[in-house]
Amino acid sequence: MANAANSAAETSVQEYITHHLSFLTFGNHPEHGWSFAHTTEEATAMGFWAVNVDSLGWSVFLGAAFLLWFRAVGKRASVGTPGAVQNFVEMVVEFVDARVNEGFNFKNELIGPLCLLLFFWILLMNTMDLVPVDWITRLFEIVAASVFHFEHAPFKIVPSTDPNITMGLSLSVFLMIIYYSIKNKGIGGFLGELAFHPFGKWMLPFNLIIEVPTLFAKPISLGLRLFGNLYAGELLFLLIASMLGLWQLPAHFIWAGFHLLVIPLQAFVFMMLTIVYLNAAHETHH
Amino acid sequence: MNLNATLIGQSIAFIVFLWFCRQYVWPLFAAIMEERKQKIADGLEAAARAEKDLALAQTKATDQLREAKAEAAIIIEQANRRATQIVDEAKEQAREEGQRIIAGAQAEIEQEVNRAREALRSRVSDIAVAGARKILEGSVDRAANEEMLSKLAAEL
Repeated sequence: MANAANSAAETSVQEYITHHLSFLTFGNHPEHGWSFAHTTEEATAMGFWAVNVDSLGWSVFLGAAFLLWFRAVGKRASVGTPGAVQNFVEMVVEFVDARVNEGFNFKNELIGPLCLLLFFWILLMNTMDLVPVDWITRLFEIVAASVFHFEHAPFKIVPSTDPNITMGLSLSVFLMIIYYSIKNKGIGGFLGELAFHPFGKWMLPFNLIIEVPTLFAKPISLGLRLFGNLYAGELLFLLIASMLGLWQLPAHFIWAGFHLLVIPLQAFVFMMLTIVYLNAAHETHH
Repeated sequence: MNLNATLIGQSIAFIVFLWFCRQYVWPLFAAIMEERKQKIADGLEAAARAEKDLALAQTKATDQLREAKAEAAIIIEQANRRATQIVDEAKEQAREEGQRIIAGAQAEIEQEVNRAREALRSRVSDIAVAGARKILEGSVDRAANEEMLSKLAAEL
Protein backbone atom coordinates (compact mmCIF):
# COMPACT_ATOMS: atom_id res chain seq x y z
CA MET A 1 0.00 0.00 0.00
CA ALA A 2 2.65 2.46 1.09
CA ASN A 3 4.77 2.09 -2.02
CA ALA A 4 1.82 2.35 -4.28
CA ALA A 5 1.77 6.13 -4.39
CA ASN A 6 5.40 6.21 -5.54
CA SER A 7 4.84 3.43 -8.06
CA ALA A 8 1.80 5.13 -9.40
CA ALA A 9 3.71 8.35 -9.78
CA GLU A 10 6.57 6.71 -11.66
CA THR A 11 4.70 4.36 -13.91
CA SER A 12 1.31 4.81 -15.38
CA VAL A 13 -1.68 3.17 -13.76
CA GLN A 14 -1.96 0.72 -16.62
CA GLU A 15 1.65 -0.36 -16.36
CA TYR A 16 1.31 -0.76 -12.63
CA ILE A 17 -1.73 -2.98 -12.93
CA THR A 18 -0.36 -5.00 -15.84
CA HIS A 19 2.82 -5.59 -13.90
CA HIS A 20 0.89 -6.77 -10.86
CA LEU A 21 -1.28 -9.07 -12.92
CA SER A 22 1.55 -10.87 -14.72
CA PHE A 23 3.21 -13.99 -13.44
CA LEU A 24 6.83 -14.90 -12.98
CA THR A 25 6.81 -17.41 -15.83
CA PHE A 26 9.65 -19.79 -16.55
CA GLY A 27 9.64 -21.60 -19.89
CA ASN A 28 11.24 -22.22 -23.25
CA HIS A 29 11.05 -19.01 -25.26
CA PRO A 30 11.49 -19.47 -29.02
CA GLU A 31 14.23 -16.80 -29.09
CA HIS A 32 15.70 -16.66 -25.56
CA GLY A 33 15.58 -20.39 -24.74
CA TRP A 34 14.82 -21.56 -21.16
CA SER A 35 14.39 -18.36 -19.18
CA PHE A 36 12.03 -16.19 -17.19
CA ALA A 37 9.58 -14.22 -19.26
CA HIS A 38 10.12 -10.45 -18.99
CA THR A 39 6.81 -9.46 -20.49
CA THR A 40 3.35 -10.95 -20.89
CA GLU A 41 4.05 -11.39 -24.61
CA GLU A 42 7.13 -13.43 -23.83
CA ALA A 43 5.15 -15.58 -21.40
CA THR A 44 2.52 -16.18 -24.08
CA ALA A 45 5.18 -17.09 -26.60
CA MET A 46 6.46 -19.83 -24.30
CA GLY A 47 3.28 -21.78 -24.97
CA PHE A 48 1.86 -24.46 -22.69
CA TRP A 49 5.13 -25.85 -21.37
CA ALA A 50 5.89 -22.99 -19.05
CA VAL A 51 5.44 -22.69 -15.31
CA ASN A 52 4.24 -19.77 -13.22
CA VAL A 53 6.96 -20.08 -10.60
CA ASP A 54 5.41 -17.53 -8.26
CA SER A 55 1.85 -18.86 -7.99
CA LEU A 56 2.86 -22.54 -8.04
CA GLY A 57 5.64 -21.85 -5.53
CA TRP A 58 3.32 -20.05 -3.12
CA SER A 59 0.67 -22.71 -3.60
CA VAL A 60 3.07 -25.56 -2.79
CA PHE A 61 4.61 -23.59 0.08
CA LEU A 62 1.22 -22.83 1.66
CA GLY A 63 -0.04 -26.39 1.21
CA ALA A 64 3.11 -27.94 2.62
CA ALA A 65 3.29 -25.47 5.51
CA PHE A 66 -0.32 -26.12 6.47
CA LEU A 67 -0.04 -29.91 6.26
CA LEU A 68 3.23 -30.06 8.19
CA TRP A 69 1.84 -27.69 10.80
CA PHE A 70 -1.33 -29.74 11.21
CA ARG A 71 0.74 -32.90 11.44
CA ALA A 72 3.01 -31.37 14.10
CA VAL A 73 -0.02 -30.29 16.10
CA GLY A 74 -1.64 -33.70 15.64
CA LYS A 75 1.45 -35.52 16.85
CA ARG A 76 1.71 -33.42 19.99
CA ALA A 77 -2.04 -33.42 20.53
CA SER A 78 -3.46 -34.90 23.68
CA VAL A 79 -6.83 -36.47 24.27
CA GLY A 80 -7.33 -34.31 27.37
CA THR A 81 -8.06 -30.60 27.39
CA PRO A 82 -6.56 -29.21 24.16
CA GLY A 83 -4.43 -26.07 24.07
CA ALA A 84 -5.27 -23.04 21.91
CA VAL A 85 -3.46 -24.24 18.77
CA GLN A 86 -4.72 -27.80 19.04
CA ASN A 87 -8.18 -26.45 19.68
CA PHE A 88 -8.07 -24.34 16.53
CA VAL A 89 -6.81 -27.20 14.35
CA GLU A 90 -9.37 -29.59 15.81
CA MET A 91 -12.08 -27.01 15.21
CA VAL A 92 -11.13 -26.86 11.52
CA VAL A 93 -11.00 -30.64 11.22
CA GLU A 94 -14.28 -31.02 13.05
CA PHE A 95 -15.93 -28.34 10.89
CA VAL A 96 -14.84 -30.12 7.71
CA ASP A 97 -15.83 -33.50 9.12
CA ALA A 98 -19.29 -32.22 10.01
CA ARG A 99 -19.83 -30.87 6.47
CA VAL A 100 -18.69 -34.20 5.01
CA ASN A 101 -21.03 -36.13 7.29
CA GLU A 102 -23.93 -33.90 6.32
CA GLY A 103 -23.38 -33.93 2.58
CA PHE A 104 -21.74 -37.26 1.88
CA ASN A 105 -23.83 -40.36 2.50
CA PHE A 106 -21.36 -43.08 1.61
CA LYS A 107 -18.31 -44.63 3.14
CA ASN A 108 -15.12 -43.26 1.64
CA GLU A 109 -12.06 -42.63 3.78
CA LEU A 110 -10.63 -40.19 1.23
CA ILE A 111 -13.39 -37.59 1.31
CA GLY A 112 -12.56 -36.22 4.80
CA PRO A 113 -8.87 -35.59 4.10
CA LEU A 114 -9.73 -34.33 0.61
CA CYS A 115 -12.12 -31.72 1.96
CA LEU A 116 -9.76 -30.68 4.74
CA LEU A 117 -7.01 -30.20 2.17
CA LEU A 118 -9.21 -28.26 -0.24
CA PHE A 119 -10.80 -26.05 2.40
CA PHE A 120 -7.74 -25.01 4.34
CA TRP A 121 -5.38 -24.85 1.36
CA ILE A 122 -7.72 -22.62 -0.62
CA LEU A 123 -8.41 -20.58 2.51
CA LEU A 124 -4.68 -19.93 2.91
CA MET A 125 -4.20 -19.15 -0.79
CA ASN A 126 -7.11 -16.69 -0.68
CA THR A 127 -5.83 -15.11 2.54
CA MET A 128 -2.66 -14.09 0.70
CA ASP A 129 -4.91 -11.51 -0.93
CA LEU A 130 -4.97 -9.60 2.36
CA VAL A 131 -1.21 -9.08 2.30
CA PRO A 132 -0.84 -5.53 0.98
CA VAL A 133 -0.37 -5.80 -2.78
CA ASP A 134 3.08 -4.23 -2.90
CA TRP A 135 4.89 -5.56 0.12
CA ILE A 136 6.27 -8.87 -1.13
CA THR A 137 5.90 -8.08 -4.82
CA ARG A 138 7.89 -4.86 -4.57
CA LEU A 139 10.51 -6.47 -2.33
CA PHE A 140 10.97 -9.26 -4.87
CA GLU A 141 11.17 -6.73 -7.70
CA ILE A 142 13.95 -4.83 -5.92
CA VAL A 143 15.90 -7.99 -5.09
CA ALA A 144 15.50 -9.38 -8.61
CA ALA A 145 16.64 -6.11 -10.16
CA SER A 146 19.67 -5.60 -7.93
CA VAL A 147 20.85 -9.22 -7.60
CA PHE A 148 19.82 -10.83 -10.90
CA HIS A 149 19.55 -7.65 -13.08
CA PHE A 150 15.99 -8.73 -13.85
CA GLU A 151 14.14 -5.41 -14.19
CA HIS A 152 10.40 -5.20 -13.38
CA ALA A 153 10.20 -8.83 -12.35
CA PRO A 154 6.56 -9.73 -11.67
CA PHE A 155 5.71 -11.69 -8.54
CA LYS A 156 2.18 -12.75 -7.68
CA ILE A 157 1.60 -14.03 -4.19
CA VAL A 158 -2.07 -15.02 -4.38
CA PRO A 159 -2.13 -18.47 -6.03
CA SER A 160 -5.91 -18.52 -6.39
CA THR A 161 -5.76 -15.54 -8.75
CA ASP A 162 -4.01 -17.86 -11.19
CA PRO A 163 -6.54 -19.86 -13.26
CA ASN A 164 -3.91 -22.58 -13.61
CA ILE A 165 -3.99 -23.13 -9.88
CA THR A 166 -7.77 -23.13 -9.49
CA MET A 167 -8.31 -25.22 -12.63
CA GLY A 168 -5.59 -27.61 -11.49
CA LEU A 169 -7.63 -28.21 -8.35
CA SER A 170 -11.00 -28.41 -10.05
CA LEU A 171 -9.75 -30.73 -12.83
CA SER A 172 -8.26 -33.03 -10.18
CA VAL A 173 -11.62 -33.08 -8.44
CA PHE A 174 -13.24 -33.71 -11.85
CA LEU A 175 -11.00 -36.73 -12.43
CA MET A 176 -12.05 -38.03 -9.01
CA ILE A 177 -15.70 -37.55 -9.99
CA ILE A 178 -15.17 -39.59 -13.18
CA TYR A 179 -13.16 -42.23 -11.30
CA TYR A 180 -15.73 -42.75 -8.56
CA SER A 181 -18.65 -42.61 -11.00
CA ILE A 182 -17.17 -45.44 -13.08
CA LYS A 183 -16.05 -47.34 -9.98
CA ASN A 184 -19.48 -47.23 -8.36
CA LYS A 185 -21.79 -47.33 -11.38
CA GLY A 186 -19.65 -49.12 -13.93
CA ILE A 187 -18.87 -47.66 -17.35
CA GLY A 188 -22.37 -48.56 -18.47
CA GLY A 189 -23.98 -46.90 -15.50
CA PHE A 190 -21.90 -43.77 -15.91
CA LEU A 191 -22.58 -43.44 -19.65
CA GLY A 192 -26.20 -44.45 -19.04
CA GLU A 193 -26.66 -41.49 -16.74
CA LEU A 194 -25.45 -39.22 -19.52
CA ALA A 195 -27.51 -40.87 -22.24
CA PHE A 196 -30.79 -41.95 -20.65
CA HIS A 197 -31.49 -39.07 -18.29
CA PRO A 198 -33.56 -37.12 -17.69
CA PHE A 199 -35.95 -38.08 -20.57
CA GLY A 200 -35.47 -41.83 -21.07
CA LYS A 201 -33.81 -43.71 -23.93
CA TRP A 202 -36.03 -42.44 -26.79
CA MET A 203 -34.78 -38.92 -26.23
CA LEU A 204 -31.10 -39.88 -26.20
CA PRO A 205 -29.72 -36.94 -28.21
CA PHE A 206 -31.51 -34.44 -26.02
CA ASN A 207 -30.27 -36.20 -22.90
CA LEU A 208 -26.71 -35.99 -24.19
CA ILE A 209 -27.13 -32.33 -25.06
CA ILE A 210 -28.23 -31.65 -21.49
CA GLU A 211 -26.02 -34.00 -19.52
CA VAL A 212 -22.63 -33.77 -21.24
CA PRO A 213 -22.30 -29.98 -20.87
CA THR A 214 -23.58 -30.33 -17.30
CA LEU A 215 -20.80 -32.78 -16.58
CA PHE A 216 -18.06 -30.59 -18.03
CA ALA A 217 -19.51 -27.45 -16.52
CA LYS A 218 -18.73 -28.85 -13.08
CA PRO A 219 -14.92 -28.49 -13.11
CA ILE A 220 -14.99 -25.32 -15.17
CA SER A 221 -17.46 -23.52 -12.94
CA LEU A 222 -15.71 -24.84 -9.84
CA GLY A 223 -12.31 -23.52 -10.95
CA LEU A 224 -13.47 -20.31 -12.57
CA ARG A 225 -15.71 -19.30 -9.66
CA LEU A 226 -12.77 -19.35 -7.28
CA PHE A 227 -10.47 -17.68 -9.77
CA GLY A 228 -13.01 -14.99 -10.70
CA ASN A 229 -13.79 -14.00 -7.14
CA LEU A 230 -10.16 -13.73 -6.09
CA TYR A 231 -9.05 -12.09 -9.34
CA ALA A 232 -11.72 -9.44 -9.02
CA GLY A 233 -10.80 -8.88 -5.40
CA GLU A 234 -7.15 -8.43 -6.22
CA LEU A 235 -7.91 -6.18 -9.18
CA LEU A 236 -9.89 -3.87 -6.94
CA PHE A 237 -7.01 -3.72 -4.46
CA LEU A 238 -4.74 -2.81 -7.38
CA LEU A 239 -7.11 -0.12 -8.63
CA ILE A 240 -7.34 1.35 -5.14
CA ALA A 241 -3.57 1.25 -4.77
CA SER A 242 -2.88 2.88 -8.13
CA MET A 243 -5.63 5.48 -8.45
CA LEU A 244 -6.66 6.82 -5.05
CA GLY A 245 -3.43 8.37 -3.83
CA LEU A 246 -3.59 9.00 -0.10
CA TRP A 247 -7.27 8.04 0.04
CA GLN A 248 -6.27 4.48 -0.64
CA LEU A 249 -5.68 3.66 3.02
CA PRO A 250 -9.31 3.76 4.22
CA ALA A 251 -10.45 2.35 0.88
CA HIS A 252 -8.12 -0.61 1.28
CA PHE A 253 -9.50 -1.33 4.72
CA ILE A 254 -13.10 -1.12 3.57
CA TRP A 255 -12.52 -3.42 0.64
CA ALA A 256 -10.45 -5.78 2.83
CA GLY A 257 -13.44 -5.94 5.17
CA PHE A 258 -15.69 -7.12 2.34
CA HIS A 259 -13.02 -9.37 0.97
CA LEU A 260 -12.65 -10.96 4.39
CA LEU A 261 -16.06 -12.52 3.75
CA VAL A 262 -15.18 -13.68 0.24
CA ILE A 263 -12.00 -15.47 1.30
CA PRO A 264 -13.49 -18.15 3.56
CA LEU A 265 -16.72 -18.27 1.58
CA GLN A 266 -15.00 -19.27 -1.65
CA ALA A 267 -12.93 -21.93 0.16
CA PHE A 268 -16.14 -23.21 1.74
CA VAL A 269 -18.05 -23.22 -1.56
CA PHE A 270 -15.29 -25.14 -3.30
CA MET A 271 -15.30 -27.76 -0.55
CA MET A 272 -19.11 -28.04 -0.43
CA LEU A 273 -19.44 -28.45 -4.20
CA THR A 274 -16.74 -31.11 -4.14
CA ILE A 275 -18.75 -32.98 -1.51
CA VAL A 276 -21.96 -32.65 -3.52
CA TYR A 277 -20.33 -33.79 -6.78
CA LEU A 278 -18.58 -36.75 -5.18
CA ASN A 279 -21.75 -37.74 -3.37
CA ALA A 280 -23.56 -37.79 -6.72
CA ALA A 281 -20.70 -39.88 -8.13
CA HIS A 282 -21.39 -42.51 -5.45
CA GLU A 283 -25.17 -42.66 -5.97
CA THR A 284 -26.09 -45.82 -7.85
CA HIS A 285 -29.88 -45.71 -7.62
CA HIS A 286 -31.78 -43.54 -10.05
CA MET B 1 -5.28 -15.73 -19.07
CA ASN B 2 -2.57 -18.17 -20.04
CA LEU B 3 -3.11 -21.80 -19.31
CA ASN B 4 0.23 -23.51 -19.02
CA ALA B 5 2.02 -26.36 -17.27
CA THR B 6 1.33 -24.72 -13.89
CA LEU B 7 -1.98 -26.55 -14.23
CA ILE B 8 -0.18 -29.89 -14.25
CA GLY B 9 2.20 -28.83 -11.48
CA GLN B 10 -0.73 -27.83 -9.29
CA SER B 11 -2.47 -31.15 -10.00
CA ILE B 12 0.64 -33.09 -9.02
CA ALA B 13 0.98 -31.00 -5.85
CA PHE B 14 -2.68 -31.67 -5.13
CA ILE B 15 -2.27 -35.44 -5.48
CA VAL B 16 0.86 -35.50 -3.30
CA PHE B 17 -0.79 -33.31 -0.64
CA LEU B 18 -3.95 -35.43 -0.73
CA TRP B 19 -1.91 -38.58 -0.16
CA PHE B 20 0.00 -36.91 2.68
CA CYS B 21 -3.17 -35.58 4.29
CA ARG B 22 -4.91 -38.96 4.01
CA GLN B 23 -1.90 -40.82 5.34
CA TYR B 24 -0.32 -38.57 7.95
CA VAL B 25 -2.67 -35.76 8.99
CA TRP B 26 -6.30 -36.84 9.03
CA PRO B 27 -5.83 -40.13 10.96
CA LEU B 28 -4.11 -38.28 13.84
CA PHE B 29 -7.15 -36.11 14.45
CA ALA B 30 -9.69 -38.79 13.69
CA ALA B 31 -8.05 -41.00 16.35
CA ILE B 32 -7.82 -38.23 18.94
CA MET B 33 -11.36 -37.02 18.44
CA GLU B 34 -12.74 -40.55 18.47
CA GLU B 35 -10.86 -41.26 21.68
CA ARG B 36 -12.07 -38.04 23.28
CA LYS B 37 -15.64 -38.76 22.23
CA GLN B 38 -15.33 -42.18 23.86
CA LYS B 39 -13.87 -40.63 26.99
CA ILE B 40 -16.67 -38.09 27.28
CA ALA B 41 -19.27 -40.80 26.76
CA ASP B 42 -17.61 -42.89 29.46
CA GLY B 43 -17.50 -39.90 31.77
CA LEU B 44 -21.19 -39.16 31.29
CA GLU B 45 -22.07 -42.78 31.86
CA ALA B 46 -19.95 -42.85 35.02
CA ALA B 47 -21.67 -39.70 36.24
CA ALA B 48 -25.10 -41.25 35.69
CA ARG B 49 -23.99 -44.39 37.49
CA ALA B 50 -22.58 -42.35 40.38
CA GLU B 51 -25.88 -40.51 40.67
CA LYS B 52 -27.75 -43.79 40.87
CA ASP B 53 -25.25 -45.08 43.41
CA LEU B 54 -25.71 -41.94 45.48
CA ALA B 55 -29.49 -42.33 45.53
CA LEU B 56 -29.05 -45.96 46.51
CA ALA B 57 -26.62 -45.05 49.28
CA GLN B 58 -28.98 -42.39 50.56
CA THR B 59 -31.90 -44.80 50.87
CA LYS B 60 -29.57 -47.29 52.48
CA ALA B 61 -28.34 -44.71 54.96
CA THR B 62 -31.91 -43.71 55.82
CA ASP B 63 -32.81 -47.35 56.38
CA GLN B 64 -29.81 -47.86 58.58
CA LEU B 65 -30.60 -44.76 60.57
CA ARG B 66 -34.16 -45.95 61.13
CA GLU B 67 -32.92 -49.39 62.19
CA ALA B 68 -30.39 -47.86 64.55
CA LYS B 69 -33.09 -45.66 66.10
CA ALA B 70 -35.36 -48.66 66.64
CA GLU B 71 -32.51 -50.63 68.12
CA ALA B 72 -31.58 -47.75 70.38
CA ALA B 73 -35.20 -47.52 71.57
CA ILE B 74 -35.18 -51.22 72.37
CA ILE B 75 -31.91 -50.91 74.24
CA ILE B 76 -33.18 -47.93 76.24
CA GLU B 77 -36.34 -49.78 77.14
CA GLN B 78 -34.34 -52.78 78.24
CA ALA B 79 -32.02 -50.60 80.25
CA ASN B 80 -34.97 -48.91 81.93
CA ARG B 81 -36.51 -52.23 82.74
CA ARG B 82 -33.23 -53.50 84.09
CA ALA B 83 -32.76 -50.35 86.15
CA THR B 84 -36.18 -50.74 87.70
CA GLN B 85 -35.37 -54.34 88.37
CA ILE B 86 -32.08 -53.40 90.02
CA VAL B 87 -33.78 -50.77 92.12
CA ASP B 88 -36.46 -53.26 93.16
CA GLU B 89 -33.86 -55.84 93.99
CA ALA B 90 -31.88 -53.31 95.99
CA LYS B 91 -35.02 -52.28 97.81
CA GLU B 92 -35.78 -55.90 98.58
CA GLN B 93 -32.23 -56.50 99.72
CA ALA B 94 -32.29 -53.37 101.88
CA ARG B 95 -35.54 -54.44 103.43
CA GLU B 96 -34.19 -57.88 104.15
CA GLU B 97 -30.99 -56.44 105.51
CA GLY B 98 -32.95 -54.05 107.71
CA GLN B 99 -35.10 -56.85 109.02
CA ARG B 100 -32.03 -58.93 109.65
CA ILE B 101 -30.44 -56.04 111.53
CA ILE B 102 -33.66 -55.50 113.47
CA ALA B 103 -33.86 -59.21 114.27
CA GLY B 104 -30.23 -59.21 115.37
CA ALA B 105 -30.78 -56.17 117.52
CA GLN B 106 -33.90 -57.68 119.07
CA ALA B 107 -32.02 -60.89 119.80
CA GLU B 108 -29.25 -58.93 121.32
CA ILE B 109 -31.72 -56.89 123.38
CA GLU B 110 -33.39 -60.08 124.54
CA GLN B 111 -30.00 -61.47 125.41
CA GLU B 112 -29.14 -58.32 127.32
CA VAL B 113 -32.48 -58.45 129.09
CA ASN B 114 -31.92 -62.09 130.01
CA ARG B 115 -28.41 -61.32 131.11
CA ALA B 116 -29.64 -58.38 133.18
CA ARG B 117 -32.41 -60.57 134.56
CA GLU B 118 -29.86 -63.26 135.46
CA ALA B 119 -27.66 -60.64 137.09
CA LEU B 120 -30.62 -59.19 138.84
CA ARG B 121 -31.76 -62.68 139.82
CA SER B 122 -28.37 -63.42 141.28
CA ARG B 123 -28.39 -60.22 143.20
CA VAL B 124 -32.04 -60.01 144.16
CA SER B 125 -31.64 -62.26 147.16
CA ASP B 126 -28.87 -60.03 148.46
CA ILE B 127 -31.00 -56.98 147.90
CA ALA B 128 -33.95 -58.69 149.48
CA VAL B 129 -31.89 -59.82 152.44
CA ALA B 130 -30.38 -56.39 152.72
CA GLY B 131 -33.85 -54.94 152.51
CA ALA B 132 -35.23 -57.40 155.08
CA ARG B 133 -32.26 -56.85 157.28
CA LYS B 134 -32.95 -53.24 157.16
CA ILE B 135 -36.59 -53.96 158.01
CA LEU B 136 -35.96 -56.45 160.76
CA GLU B 137 -32.86 -54.73 162.06
CA GLY B 138 -30.84 -57.86 161.68
CA SER B 139 -33.30 -60.15 163.56
CA VAL B 140 -33.93 -62.39 160.85
CA ASP B 141 -31.52 -65.20 160.34
CA ARG B 142 -30.56 -65.69 156.83
CA ALA B 143 -30.21 -69.42 157.13
CA ALA B 144 -33.65 -69.71 158.67
CA ASN B 145 -35.23 -67.90 155.83
CA GLU B 146 -33.13 -69.47 153.11
CA GLU B 147 -36.02 -71.50 151.79
CA MET B 148 -38.40 -68.59 151.58
CA LEU B 149 -35.74 -66.46 149.95
CA SER B 150 -34.95 -69.02 147.24
CA LYS B 151 -38.68 -69.31 146.55
CA LEU B 152 -38.83 -65.55 146.21
CA ALA B 153 -35.84 -65.50 143.92
CA ALA B 154 -37.38 -68.19 141.72
CA GLU B 155 -40.53 -66.17 141.41
CA LEU B 156 -38.64 -63.16 140.14
